[in-house]
Amino acid sequence: MDEENLHRKLSSLRKILERSGPFCRPDFEPSPESLKFLMQNCKILVVGAGGLGCECLKNLALMGFRQMEVIDMDVIDLSNLNRQFLFRHKDIGKSKAVTAAKFINDRIPGCNVTPHFCRIQDKEPEFYKQFHIILCGLDSIIARRWINSMLTSLLVYNDDQLDVSSVIPLIDGGTEGFKGNLRVILPGLTPCIECSLDLYPPQITYPLCTIANTPRLPEHCIEYVKVVQWPRENPFDCCIDGDDPQHITWIYEKSNDRALHFGIRGLTYRLVQGVIKNIIPAVASTNAIIASMCCTEVFKVATSCSASLNNYMVFSNTDGIYTFSYEAEKNENCLSCSHSIKEVPLKSLDVKLKEFIDILKYDNAFQLKNPSITAKISGKNKTLYVENIASLEEQTRQNLSKSLFELGISNQTDLIVADSTAPSTFTFKVKVSD
Amino acid sequence: MASPAPKSPEQSEKSRKYDRQLRLWNDHGQALLESAHICLINANALGTEIMKSLVLPGIGAFTIIDGHKVKDEDIGSNFFLDSDSLGKSRAQVTTQLLLEMNSDVRGDFIDEGPEQILNNSPDFFNNFSLVIACAMPEKSLVVLSRKLWELDIPLIACRTIGFVGHIRVQVKEHTVVETHPDNEKSDLRLDKPFEALKKHFDAIDLESMDLKDHSHTPYVIILYKYLEKWRSTYGGDMPKTYAEKEEFRQMLRAGIRKDEENVPLSEENFEEAIKAVNTCLSPTIVPSGVKEILNDNNCVNLNSKSTSFWIIAKAIRDFVENEGDGLLPQKGSLPDMVADTEKFVSLQQVYHKQAGLDVEAVWRRTLQLLRQLGKPSDSIPEKDVKLYCRHASELCVQRGTCIADEYDPKLLNVNEIVESLENPESFMVHYVMLRGVDKFIDEYNTYPGEFDDHVEPDIVKLKACISKLLGEWGCGPVVKDDYVHEFCRYGGAELHSVSATVGGLAAQEAVKFITHQYKPVNNTFIFDAVSCTGNTFFL
Ligand SMILES: [Zn+2]
Repeated sequence: MDEENLHRKLSSLRKILERSGPFCRPDFEPSPESLKFLMQNCKILVVGAGGLGCECLKNLALMGFRQMEVIDMDVIDLSNLNRQFLFRHKDIGKSKAVTAAKFINDRIPGCNVTPHFCRIQDKEPEFYKQFHIILCGLDSIIARRWINSMLTSLLVYNDDQLDVSSVIPLIDGGTEGFKGNLRVILPGLTPCIECSLDLYPPQITYPLCTIANTPRLPEHCIEYVKVVQWPRENPFDCCIDGDDPQHITWIYEKSNDRALHFGIRGLTYRLVQGVIKNIIPAVASTNAIIASMCCTEVFKVATSCSASLNNYMVFSNTDGIYTFSYEAEKNENCLSCSHSIKEVPLKSLDVKLKEFIDILKYDNAFQLKNPSITAKISGKNKTLYVENIASLEEQTRQNLSKSLFELGISNQTDLIVADSTAPSTFTFKVKVSD
Repeated sequence: MASPAPKSPEQSEKSRKYDRQLRLWNDHGQALLESAHICLINANALGTEIMKSLVLPGIGAFTIIDGHKVKDEDIGSNFFLDSDSLGKSRAQVTTQLLLEMNSDVRGDFIDEGPEQILNNSPDFFNNFSLVIACAMPEKSLVVLSRKLWELDIPLIACRTIGFVGHIRVQVKEHTVVETHPDNEKSDLRLDKPFEALKKHFDAIDLESMDLKDHSHTPYVIILYKYLEKWRSTYGGDMPKTYAEKEEFRQMLRAGIRKDEENVPLSEENFEEAIKAVNTCLSPTIVPSGVKEILNDNNCVNLNSKSTSFWIIAKAIRDFVENEGDGLLPQKGSLPDMVADTEKFVSLQQVYHKQAGLDVEAVWRRTLQLLRQLGKPSDSIPEKDVKLYCRHASELCVQRGTCIADEYDPKLLNVNEIVESLENPESFMVHYVMLRGVDKFIDEYNTYPGEFDDHVEPDIVKLKACISKLLGEWGCGPVVKDDYVHEFCRYGGAELHSVSATVGGLAAQEAVKFITHQYKPVNNTFIFDAVSCTGNTFFL
């Protein structure tokens, strides 16, 4: 490409990066090197090629970034087309990551987006280590936590001092309807996702006794069909597939019967779909807003041309335009980014293993999903409980009703816990108060 | 089963494609969107980013007005241009590439600047639902804003320079029925139960219930019963002060059943009642904002041009003064609460039935008004009245100002500017800078700092523009030199990610205007990408 054309194309970015200004970060040095770094060396990983991911790839490409990779395990669905603008009707069923990367590379000459059509968990730490900045645009909290823990696990400490060169900044965005949020995380230095888990409200669940005995809402009827009637009647000889219209129709009809029977109003096909697939409303504009804010932050971190958001921003568009930023605080006992040993406070060692696991699952400080526990007792590893492998679950189930004392655990014992929210294990110790 | 389940609705391809947004503005919002025709002036990066967020959700049609030929600088910041488009009409290429995203949308373009069109075809704008103008020079923006103000067509003017964005909406009057508040208030009428509700309450005797029924009675009923008890001791009023409410909560706590050893049992419904004391025991009134709307001149004095919003508002006003007995129509919904199915559903039924009766009354009054106004009786469908009644306590009317007035020091809201500038955190300073940049462009025909070798001299010139402006407004020298330097550093740079943010924001405001759902910003929003936040002003 003609040098001069390229020079002119980048004129806006050059003004920002080659001129000094009174509001720049003190360590910013205006020079053509910044833009050269963005275009040649700066490697960005975009996690998720959905509503936010598509926008992010476009924004980054037009902010001068050329070396990008994108990872997403999903394929394109019809319902994505109202906002995921790199996809067309003919792309339905194809990989989001592959399709998005190709579109960007075709539209913007010199852009080099590499797609990865797989789960984030399929990649080794070595993969994540190669990036300068990671931009996360996911709707799953578990996946978000996993990436966060991956980045904290890559931190290097020398004599308890954090090696700053091992820090990979994480910019994380999320949207729901007309609302969104955005945070800038320097793992090990500033608060991480796990530091403030309470910012993510737990998913609404309905107690079984309500849906079975005292249903009041259409949602109760749908949940009942999902958790009781479907397994009992097994109409299609398989699990529920939220994308199969036959499945949704069956659930719609059964829950409609139930709603009619109880005199419950307001059940619609759309509601059934929403409950079964746990659908989050989404619209192009909110994704555009949050994704572009994320990319401005990536640009600032990569070039130091301006101070970064410090460190959390919430946004809502329902009543005028509302933005609010504040400094979330680091949790010194954070499961993920604190360098200290994680302690689980207990009243006594008489606590049963089942109760201990429930603490790990439901206590706000931990919120693990399916913890498997191994204890280090006199130098040997003893598997106490494994939830997600059926054969091991059966072998270890009897331990659930034993107390920690009976299992040989003391204040000294290292408890190694694996969980789907993190790529590597946690080491816990119990702390008996008295 | 009493009646067979209705056949599942066959979902159209369209409703599946738009499913995620239909959950936000529903089918009737989508229908409005699909019948809208939007005009975009200037398809720069900001302009196409706005259009992207309107084409994707499926607006009916758009027209792009842009007389520019594509330059390298455009290609570098605008996603809806490609390397082949150099030298071509910017209107044409962007129209083409925008349309690729959604085959439901129609689009055309005019390869001319807005100035020519305003001069040569003054009627051109008459039929648009909304006009969006990007980076428009001061003089033509003033003309356009007057024109659209006269035509009563909403205008959104916006631009970005460097890390700063500016959105200005201009609309004479905008009315919203569905504002979608974050915390919807329920309409329980504990202080003023309508007849059927009172009858329902009276038929229930908490004391004689067995434990199972007692702990499965909706808290609404519990609150009513204890309110009666309260009144029998203290007279007519509900508990008002903190101390009174606390005492009322004590009464509720004492009402929880106990076991043989006199230990209170766990009754979740009573716990809910105790929690609800603060929110549910306030008197039922017409909210002040709604009262204002019902007393508005447009409501009281209907005429042949009155919109259905105001006609139904008048019907509601008449309802409040007559069968409503001072209150709005009953909403007819009940939040979920601990209860068994029968007790919950039968209570819900009572509210729902009353809501139906109230809708009927308002509907009758609406028809009567339509007759008086000489309008056909089908010009307002009953379902609109129903929706209106359901949301009557959340109505919103916004009145704006004409952008052109901002450029007349006598009409500009200088107070807002001066007061905001007193706060060092306020982004009003950006607005002043942008207006200074306007003046600069008007005088020198370039952005300050546009050329590398002119940055220093432009700082001096821009400073002079700002002083002049502040002089015209009668303000002191309130803007720090740092900002003048910063804007000259920008040199009119359009950063793609900043334009994408402002584009998304502006598009969302457009969607609000078109669907008449959610409250738009009124009327100026300044975005600061350095802090990633913004401020709203009324100018
Ligand atoms: Zn942390």
